Amino acid sequence: MNPFVRKQEATRREFLTTSASGLGGIALGSMLNQDGLLNAATAADASQFQALQSHGEAKAKACIFIFMAGAPSQLDLFDHKPKLNELNGQKMPKELTDKARFAFLQPDTATLMGSPRTWKRHGQSGMEFSDLLPHLGSCADDILKIRSMHSEEFNHHPGQLLMQCGVSRFGMPTMGSWLNYGLGSPSRNLPGYVVLTAGRGSSGGSTLWQSGFLPSKYAGVQFRNQGAPVLNLKNPEGLPPELQRSGLNALKDLNEMKYREVHDPEIASRIASYELANRMQTAAPELVDLSGESQETLDLYGVGRPEPEGNFRGSLPGVQTYDTFARNCLLARRMVERGTRFINIVHASWDQHSSLDKELAYNAGAVDQPVAALIKDLKRRGLLDSTMVVWGSEFGRTPLGENRNGRQGVTGRDHHPFAYSMLMAGGGLKGGMTYGETDEIGWNIVDKPVHANDLHATMLHQFGLDHLKLTYRFQGRDFRLTDVGGKVIHDWIA
Amino acid sequence: MRSTSVILICASICVLTGSNGAEVDFVNDIQPIFAEKCTLCHGPDDKKGGLQLTGIEPASILLKSGSRAIVPGDVLASHLIERIHSSDPDEVMPPPDKAEPLTGVEKSKLEQWIKEGADWPKHWAYQDLAKFDEKVLSEGQSPIDFLVSKTLEKKGIEASLPTDDITLIRRLFYDLMGIAPYPEQVAENLPRFQADRESAVDRLVNDLLASPHFGERWGRHWLDHARYADSDGYEKDNNRMNAWRYRDWVIESINADMPFDQFTIEQFGGDLLPERSEDQLLATAFNRQTLTNTEGGTDKEQWRVAAVMDRVETMGSVWLGLSVGCARCHTHKYDEITHDEYYQLFAYFNNGDETTSKITHTEEAVEKWKSDLAKHEKDVAEVKAQLAKAKSQLVPQVPAMIAKTNALIERAVEQKAFAPLGLAKFSGPKGVKFTQDKKDFSVLVAGKSVDDGTYTIEGTIPEGMVVTGIKLEVMPDESLPSQGPGKSPEGNFVLNQIQLSVNGERYYFGDAEASFTQGGNWQPHGAIDLNVKARSNGTGWAVGPQAGKSHEVIFGLVKPLTKSEEAQAFKIQLVQNYGAKHMIGKFRISALTSPTKLAVPTELRETLTTQEGKVDGLTLLDQFYSKWHPELRGLGERLNTLESSVPEKPGMDVRVITERQKERRETHVFRRGEFKEPLNEVTAGTFASLPPIEHRGESGDRLDLGKWLVSGENPLPPRVVVNRIWGHLFGEGLVPTVNDFGVRGDRPSHPELLDWLASEFIRNGWSRKELIKTIVASEAYQRSSAHRPDLVEMDPKNRFLARQNRFRVEAEIVRDISLSAAGLLSQKVGGPSVFPLIPPGVTDANYNSAFKWVVSPGEDRYRRGLYTFFKRTAPHPNLMTFDCPDSNVTNVMRGRSNTPLAALITLNNDTFAEAAQALAGRVLREISDGDDLRLKRAFQLCLSRAPSKEEQGRLASLLEDARSYYRSAPEDAEKFAGEHVPEGIAPEEAASWAAMVRVILNLDEFITRS
Repeated sequence: MNPFVRKQEATRREFLTTSASGLGGIALGSMLNQDGLLNAATAADASQFQALQSHGEAKAKACIFIFMAGAPSQLDLFDHKPKLNELNGQKMPKELTDKARFAFLQPDTATLMGSPRTWKRHGQSGMEFSDLLPHLGSCADDILKIRSMHSEEFNHHPGQLLMQCGVSRFGMPTMGSWLNYGLGSPSRNLPGYVVLTAGRGSSGGSTLWQSGFLPSKYAGVQFRNQGAPVLNLKNPEGLPPELQRSGLNALKDLNEMKYREVHDPEIASRIASYELANRMQTAAPELVDLSGESQETLDLYGVGRPEPEGNFRGSLPGVQTYDTFARNCLLARRMVERGTRFINIVHASWDQHSSLDKELAYNAGAVDQPVAALIKDLKRRGLLDSTMVVWGSEFGRTPLGENRNGRQGVTGRDHHPFAYSMLMAGGGLKGGMTYGETDEIGWNIVDKPVHANDLHATMLHQFGLDHLKLTYRFQGRDFRLTDVGGKVIHDWIA
Repeated sequence: MRSTSVILICASICVLTGSNGAEVDFVNDIQPIFAEKCTLCHGPDDKKGGLQLTGIEPASILLKSGSRAIVPGDVLASHLIERIHSSDPDEVMPPPDKAEPLTGVEKSKLEQWIKEGADWPKHWAYQDLAKFDEKVLSEGQSPIDFLVSKTLEKKGIEASLPTDDITLIRRLFYDLMGIAPYPEQVAENLPRFQADRESAVDRLVNDLLASPHFGERWGRHWLDHARYADSDGYEKDNNRMNAWRYRDWVIESINADMPFDQFTIEQFGGDLLPERSEDQLLATAFNRQTLTNTEGGTDKEQWRVAAVMDRVETMGSVWLGLSVGCARCHTHKYDEITHDEYYQLFAYFNNGDETTSKITHTEEAVEKWKSDLAKHEKDVAEVKAQLAKAKSQLVPQVPAMIAKTNALIERAVEQKAFAPLGLAKFSGPKGVKFTQDKKDFSVLVAGKSVDDGTYTIEGTIPEGMVVTGIKLEVMPDESLPSQGPGKSPEGNFVLNQIQLSVNGERYYFGDAEASFTQGGNWQPHGAIDLNVKARSNGTGWAVGPQAGKSHEVIFGLVKPLTKSEEAQAFKIQLVQNYGAKHMIGKFRISALTSPTKLAVPTELRETLTTQEGKVDGLTLLDQFYSKWHPELRGLGERLNTLESSVPEKPGMDVRVITERQKERRETHVFRRGEFKEPLNEVTAGTFASLPPIEHRGESGDRLDLGKWLVSGENPLPPRVVVNRIWGHLFGEGLVPTVNDFGVRGDRPSHPELLDWLASEFIRNGWSRKELIKTIVASEAYQRSSAHRPDLVEMDPKNRFLARQNRFRVEAEIVRDISLSAAGLLSQKVGGPSVFPLIPPGVTDANYNSAFKWVVSPGEDRYRRGLYTFFKRTAPHPNLMTFDCPDSNVTNVMRGRSNTPLAALITLNNDTFAEAAQALAGRVLREISDGDDLRLKRAFQLCLSRAPSKEEQGRLASLLEDARSYYRSAPEDAEKFAGEHVPEGIAPEEAASWAAMVRVILNLDEFITRS
């Protein structure tokens, strides 16, 4: 990078790290103008920020990342392997298992495990899905299916960090943080990075939406499933909105008195933050209030669906995971409409070492209809082109049945980072495309491998950002979402 | 070919150098070019063609080719210039397949740099500390002020005035203790400040430095560096319940002003010090704060290596101010750290093992233990006395007992008869389900798998049945692990105790026999002995390794149940307190109905038949009857339980580092940092660019490394440390990139000052407190922090220090000062981490559902923020939103964001709402009457000053708004008044005051250190 650009970048970073607002610089600039406190220096910074925000044409404006923590079995959902069924019960060639590491599986005695699923081709593209995903099948022509994802991590938490941060280390920013850092957020009243969860927590916990070394305002804001959607959104009990408002007016007046005395622009930022907080108090409940949605829409997503009968690992007592996940997908659309930049929908409990058939059916049932509905709904509202939907996980599952020591019977699959599948839709990507190929038992990739760094590079590209240029200097190094790798996969771009 | 290229160069030089006016700076202009495009082949790792661009000497030697790459001042003689301009793809540098070609600007810069003499300075941070000549000072002048003024004068900037006394007092309280002064403390100090500010500051600073809260405030800074937390980090994120011992070690060491060199040495190699103390061992926990991954199927070595790397990199950040992490995979592009050198550092830590050690508890705990022990001994003596008394009273009955026992033995028959019992009701630990088979009466236990617990079986003994014993059969089943009969993974179980009562009365068993027994402690007698509750040294019946088979045991009743005309209710308890899921999986119970010798313990049978008359009654009582005589048995069980639960001396298992003695590990360089790809072996060593290290033994260890860091020879640690201390007192370091003293970091704004502070720090024996005293005594520290519109253009970031800085206080402190103003803050220092209020649902983010956040009772709910339990995967949101570091990696300077989410916390969060309510209650209680006085008091409590007329008016009008609302909404008033309403105050009034004072608690001035 030449010194001039570096200097500009530095100024921009400085601005971004020191200025107020969780919602990016643009929103801040306009807010301060409204509040009459924007001084000349800040105005200059704000315009510079806008000028530098993108490196290319942005097709996507928002991203909904649907993260299936625990690793779904690609062999029972996306990657149809008739040969695996033929070889059911046979041992793997030793040269393959020798090179591999496993979490629980005993490579000496493990045998291949076929899939009991039936498969169907969908749409004009003839994209194949198993019988567990009929709804996704119905939007096959809008979906880009990648069968050649791979990872170098085979434990959950590091793998999840790799998928979210591009590197499996702690202290790194997640995708949503990078996007908001690079582009800000167009939302005036809501956070730019929201996290929605359903059911059981993931092993990564809140590290999956951390901002790492980026300022904490770029961290994901977790929306709650019960009560107020954002922490501390509700006034304290017994404090009515009008008194909150008079309190904020007094606070603003007193802070302005101080500002006139000491001229610290941080006071202006603080006033702005409080005003934004107050607007959020109205905007967030409005966002999660689904009463304005038609019954047809609610039904499309499956809002209000009952939980299936029986005991499932993904089902917690008293928690309606099916309903919650459907709501989350609908909320994601509403957030996109209101300008949220990045939405991460986290759904855990895909770690099916045993009882794969039963548990996978439960989980697939939870997500198939809502995710398909989200794609269809975005499309009919003309939002799919500018909204990128990504469905994926930290890795996949083994073609071998898991024969863990001390366990009776083989009913599940172990962690498999060498080849797995993900789905994408919208955001200027091709629909109806199946990309990459694995060998006939799904062990290795034989064509077009894709690493999380490549995925991220391509995602950023669709947002008009060059993954090599979106950097942040920390401890003397310019860090990127794509670490030291990543190539844009132009084949995906429509 | 060559001649043409020379001509071309001439042409280009003429053009390019002519167009470039400013002087070329090596660090900004040249080093980045070398780093990006040259040093891969001509750097510390590789010297292609004999050329190393690592300094002017190696770069200008005579190469094998007969030329010199760089000849300072002579562009044409510098072969480097010829090669970068070559149009021959085999000649041009860098080779097209190795790096991007040089741009025209870069080429011209290289030329200009050589032309100007190829100045290649040693990076400033690696140079020795510069000596400062104090002779230049005027009398009583602080070198700090001399050096700051020198820069200001040079820039033509006038310094701001000293700040007012109140602000200075507050600044010192916030900086040194993290708590605002009470109005009384301000009032006490003000006259002194007005009389003689210098000595008053000195006195106040001494007081504050002596306060235990100083260690909390500055300890928390250190804990950021140490990435301290109360849980493991990865995946299950298990709790580290004793982690706080290290936190307290930090607080205590800082309060004691442990010299920073010693502080360093103990944390690096406390375990290696001769005759090390417990505390010195505890200090090594600094390096145990790394994350732990216990996820199933992980490769332990991978995570061990990751933890060691984290230790190396944390040392780099905290002591050297260098990001050595880059060299994990390859030689550092900018800073002089090679790939090998990284692993030389790694070698120091590679034989430090993660161990746990018992560390004595606090004095209070030892005191408590002593009193517990005394009480225990008293209890034991009491039971023993009761037992002796009971026995002596029973002696006369011995002959009758013997007769009874003999009768039992005589009546016994070999042939055993059994009858089914009416089993009606089963119960066990929560979630455990019992299903009785209708045909064979066996009972299968399913449902939740528990570690331990008791099954209770209730039913009736049919009328007319004689019961002489109980038969328990355990059976295999497909549904059980390893097919049972137990529920442990191996199919085993432990029956620690079987107890029977009939119509509410205990019945005892004399003897037992089983079809199979595991042996040792695990024999059937164990299930009927006095050892009822003991977990350690437990006894009972178990059948390992005979899984997948049926077994049975028969217990004979000492006092058989005679025929009854009515059915009798019985209760059998099967107790398992061994743990690890050793519950019985399938069983059947029936009655023994034939007379049995099992009524009498084997030994007693033998004694009676062989030695009757030779043994005195008391011995018989002691040895045998005590096991089943109801009165003796009860006391015996109590005594046994007591004796197996002697209060343990309070030591705690604390995670530390100790040096590995056997099977010491070799250290290899890892290709691209991948632990599975070892390259060449290396031994412990440091960077060539820094002063050499001395090893005590043959190979270096952590203690050597710690000593090297603080030897005083190494210029980086003192510079880095004083810069951070300065940063805590000014909001920004003299080197703003506190984590990067490398060539890509910022240069110091006041290099001489930085070096003077570093030298002074060493001269004062690495005393943290002395250094702080020196800094806060300076005019620079005591200046007003008001922004200067006149300097916005010239010095927008206040790097020249014309004024102090204003900055928001840290996450913990935002809460501490609120609770303190409200009178709620606990002053307690140290101890286990606490669980203050947390919004519901936060801790669900982690999938380990076993973790529950139970709010601490009493004052622990109001402890200072640094004592809040830090769960890495679900940290307290009030901390995180205010930029508390996530503790996963070291942090040497926190961010200071200013977000709506933070605003929502201080506006609406329960803790802050309660603080407002308590503050309201406090002023209503303390000041008997008058809005004006009360309002002033609230303002004083928070801001240490009286409100201006304007401020007072604005708040008074808010108070009126609130009153008019709450008078019309008594229900809301009741709710918002909260728990701290003083007696005699109406809820409407309390709520109105709370609604008003919460605004003061949200003021920028309140949460900002001015």
